[in-house]
Amino acid sequence: MEKKGIMVDVDHVTIRFNLANMKVDNFKEYCIRLLKKELMFQEFLAVKDVSFKVGRGEAWGIIGNNGSGKSTILKAISGIIKPYRGKVTVNGSIAPLIELGAGFDGNLTARENIFLNGCILGHSEKYMKEHFDEIVDFAELWDFLDSPIKNFSSGMKARLGFSVATSIRPDLLIVDEILSVGDIKFKKKCQDRIAEMRENGTTLLFVSHSMAEVQKLCTHAVWLDKGVMRMCGLADEVCGAYLEENGT
Amino acid sequence: MLGKSVVLIMKVLKDRVNRLWCYRDLLKHLVMKDLKLKYRRSVLGYLWSVLNPLLIMIVISIVFSSMFKRSIENYPLYLFTGQMLFNYMNQSTHTALSAINANGALIKKAYVPKYIFVFAKITSGMVDLVFSLGALIIVMVFTGAGFSFTNLLFPVVLVQLYVFCLGLGLFLAQANVFFRDVTYIYNAVTTAWMYLTPIFYPLESLPDQVRWFIEHLNPMYFYVGQFRDIIYYQQLPSSGLILAGCISALVMLAIGIHTFVKRQHRFILYI
Repeated sequence: MEKKGIMVDVDHVTIRFNLANMKVDNFKEYCIRLLKKELMFQEFLAVKDVSFKVGRGEAWGIIGNNGSGKSTILKAISGIIKPYRGKVTVNGSIAPLIELGAGFDGNLTARENIFLNGCILGHSEKYMKEHFDEIVDFAELWDFLDSPIKNFSSGMKARLGFSVATSIRPDLLIVDEILSVGDIKFKKKCQDRIAEMRENGTTLLFVSHSMAEVQKLCTHAVWLDKGVMRMCGLADEVCGAYLEENGT
Repeated sequence: MLGKSVVLIMKVLKDRVNRLWCYRDLLKHLVMKDLKLKYRRSVLGYLWSVLNPLLIMIVISIVFSSMFKRSIENYPLYLFTGQMLFNYMNQSTHTALSAINANGALIKKAYVPKYIFVFAKITSGMVDLVFSLGALIIVMVFTGAGFSFTNLLFPVVLVQLYVFCLGLGLFLAQANVFFRDVTYIYNAVTTAWMYLTPIFYPLESLPDQVRWFIEHLNPMYFYVGQFRDIIYYQQLPSSGLILAGCISALVMLAIGIHTFVKRQHRFILYI
């Protein structure tokens, strides 16, 4: 493995959530809580003191049971959540595929949504114009360009979302269990595109429950268990240990 | 020591402005989205931006004109100049108030500067206001008010009002994330505010104490007053009024930015 610098540096990151049942969002409750001195925020640590370093061009899988903080740590890396303690440093551009088509507006047409979504991901209008044909080609949606996206099937939306998000050749691609939507043909197409991006030097962070996929796509893996890092190392070893403990 | 911190502040400020510049296309598309969706599928489309305020003005004129006939000449224009600005403030801040909550799904899933949603709402309201200047011209022509070069000073007022609304919008949007009650409180506040701003009645008709209060503490009066000077009386607004308008706009913006920036990292835990 060649060393080309660090792409993502997750340094002793702890992420704190406020538990939903204690959520105080109106004045009446706030005053009652204040009087009863219950305002103390009942904290819940979704991720506890996790550190790992992802080198440029590597592919990392993040595995673990439901609720172990996998998506949360991806959100911290994408800059959506600010860590409560610790620091995340990313050197380069990010394409977060945490949910395909987040930010699509159902009332706008596919054409308008492509521009809007591209801008949400931080691209200029000019850039989106240049890549417009390529995006529509990949999504195979030429026939529906000018109909409102609320009439689209979920597969069509996912195709469009994936196509917009990956049109950019980012330095870091973050994929969160999104490949489970869409038909086999499209899934294959997505995997091909990810592979192609990997060859061009894109770093990949990948969350999945399928060990086979992680072992296929990733070089390294991190195993999170209830917010704590259990293991960190080469994909095959970590997946093996995970499978052994979970008895499959 | 002081020099160093000034340099640091300048650097942070420069970073912020650069970041905003990167997202200018997003701002543009969000504003376009608001405007497009507002009138999509309506036959008259953007014409409603002109027609709607006109129709409302006609209704209020018919109701109140006999009441204030003696004290206000050209009542329709007097009313319209006040109503236009107040409606802009009212509508844009109300939409800005829920901007963060409404875009919660997106904020949870992609990194976007959050103030941009507030910014977009206030800006699309301003575009609508500029459209309704067409209605203002119609009113001026039909009531025989005549035009003068002083009229061209209107952007001075609109800029102040825009900055003021931006500050207020940022403040309300962040407060509403933590306390949803703000929506209902603000509804009552704007109703009171409307009656405390001389929109459809002359300021002179109020008792002296109330009048003093409005003249000195109601920012909307500063803007409506300046706008009326420019359009209705066709004279330069007094420097006191302009100064009061600018200061309240900047103070509101400072409060808005300060509270918003301080709390924006915690939004995600509450939306």
